[in-house]
Amino acid sequence: MKKIIILLAVVTAFTACKSGSKKKGAAEKSAKSEISLSAAGSTFAGPFYKTAFKKYFDQTGVQTSYGLTGSGAGIRSLKDRVVDFCGSDAFLSDAEAAKMPAPVVHVATCSGAVDIAFNVPGIESVKLDPEVLADIFLGKITKWNDAKLKAINPGVKFPDMAISVVHRSDGSGTTFIFSDYMSKISKEWKDNVGVGKSLNWPTGMGAKGNPGVAGTISSTVGAIGYIGSDYAFAQKISFALLKNAAGNYVAPTIAAVSAAGNGDMPADTRIMETNSTAPDAYPISGFTWIILYKEQAYNGRSLAQAEATLKLIDWMLDPAAQAIGKELKYAPLPEKVVQIDKAILRTVTYNGKPILK
Amino acid sequence: MNSDKITKYFLFAGSLLILVVAGGMVFSLVGGAIPAFHKFGWHFIVSSDWNPTEGRENYGALPFIAGTLITSVLALLISIPMAFSTSLFVAEYFRKTPVASVLSSLVDLLAGIPSIVYGLWGFYTLRPFIMHLGLSPQGFGVFTSGIILAIMIIPYATSLSNEIITMVPNELKEAAYSLGATRLEVIFNVIVPNARSGIVASYILAFGRALGETMAVTMLIGNDNKIPHSLFDTGNTMASVIANQFGEADGLKLSSLIAIGLLLFIITALVNTAGKFIIKRLS
Repeated sequence: MKKIIILLAVVTAFTACKSGSKKKGAAEKSAKSEISLSAAGSTFAGPFYKTAFKKYFDQTGVQTSYGLTGSGAGIRSLKDRVVDFCGSDAFLSDAEAAKMPAPVVHVATCSGAVDIAFNVPGIESVKLDPEVLADIFLGKITKWNDAKLKAINPGVKFPDMAISVVHRSDGSGTTFIFSDYMSKISKEWKDNVGVGKSLNWPTGMGAKGNPGVAGTISSTVGAIGYIGSDYAFAQKISFALLKNAAGNYVAPTIAAVSAAGNGDMPADTRIMETNSTAPDAYPISGFTWIILYKEQAYNGRSLAQAEATLKLIDWMLDPAAQAIGKELKYAPLPEKVVQIDKAILRTVTYNGKPILK
Repeated sequence: MNSDKITKYFLFAGSLLILVVAGGMVFSLVGGAIPAFHKFGWHFIVSSDWNPTEGRENYGALPFIAGTLITSVLALLISIPMAFSTSLFVAEYFRKTPVASVLSSLVDLLAGIPSIVYGLWGFYTLRPFIMHLGLSPQGFGVFTSGIILAIMIIPYATSLSNEIITMVPNELKEAAYSLGATRLEVIFNVIVPNARSGIVASYILAFGRALGETMAVTMLIGNDNKIPHSLFDTGNTMASVIANQFGEADGLKLSSLIAIGLLLFIITALVNTAGKFIIKRLS
């Protein structure tokens, strides 16, 4: 018996030593390494953020990990204060902002198009007007050879094929932009479905994240759904031309998104730009935001951490960073929005003192 | 102190810890689910409306309860013929031959495949096949999930019933043969009655496993929050809706998801209790 006790004691002592030395090692390591930032949220802006953050790391050595969790989960993570900032394509309403533990600010980082992507073999391009679009997503048009679709697409040979609507299964800013537009063009949508990051869908099936919806569309013949432009582009999925408020059929190009984003911008950047009246505007366009706390001194965050956060976001507004977005089919911010963003960033404080000069 | 006592205390502490953890889980599930039940009452279980839109929030768990039960029952129905024939093959017809041991280890291997791999296979192989057959335009849905679940639970259904069937005393079988019984008669009049409770137990175990399966089902069921109208319709299950929506949920929605978790816990507990009851009655 004594032997066992001695053995136990030795083992405990040994593990204690070992864990002690490990902790020491970890402490040394963190003191040496660069500051690293963590963020999560929007999959819509994901390709832009991932690429831009990597470039920023190459330039400055500041590592930023960005979790593609969807805007809803990103906001949740910010609320729980487990990330430095979150990405969202839906701004917080006043009610939602009031539920956050502290005041937050929104910084618009770019704007993008939500493509209506589809998979019908042999058909590269389809025109959709608001009525047909609403009817498809409300489950009223269920076949690709529906008379209404044929009427606005003369010359396109539609097959007798069921339409499979694909939407998001998680809380999503892309859904928010899409449903915001749908509510503007369809009273029935507004009354029965509404606007939100997750919805009570009248029809269709759900997939997780923009990558999930894109993958489901490209692997399902007859599918239609909404995804961020870059996903349609990267996976070579066909997209529809949409009839905008001015009556023109427009493709989701960078120019068409910029045209939609040239309207008035409020001082807090919280605005939806769907269904723009500009003649060349793509109707389902939206800004995407980085959301962070106005007071950065919380949960024992260091000043250096706060500074690194602000510098990164400030850099995202630089022409160099905006150019990365452009390569990935996001529209760069108009100069006036950049100025508004910069003004907002200067209001962010650490212990009451502005961080950026 | 002697080693007997130390061992006893050690074991006692270990089993107590499990009790505490299980109790804690129930406690936090119930605590988290209270706001949802307080708000919706019984309607939470019988309502099929799941509306997370701000200002119209209304949560009912019926579509998910239905989805879970339908896919699991379907999985069990599909797996039973395969599992039963595998058991007979391994434990009776080809008992103790190399063929049987290869087959039984292959079946056991199925249990070791991670759920996500089943999901991938279902997504890229089974789903196009179902679309090709024209059973469903997009290939997602209850039927696809049921097939994948059936394959996933076969090892759980077979491993125990193999053992039980092997354990049926040889004397009984030999006696039946000496009376002129055919192999089929021996199987259905000697083996099955003797092994009945064990076989039922293993199928219930498999059913319980199907109830809680998440990843593969999420990838294949279509995540459509309504009660499926047919076998080829899309739907959603309790585990799958939690996996999809817990990330961004807070307030009433989070409470509703926890309440679904609690219901899943209760259903699984009921199934296990029912299983034990059946075993007791049959043995």
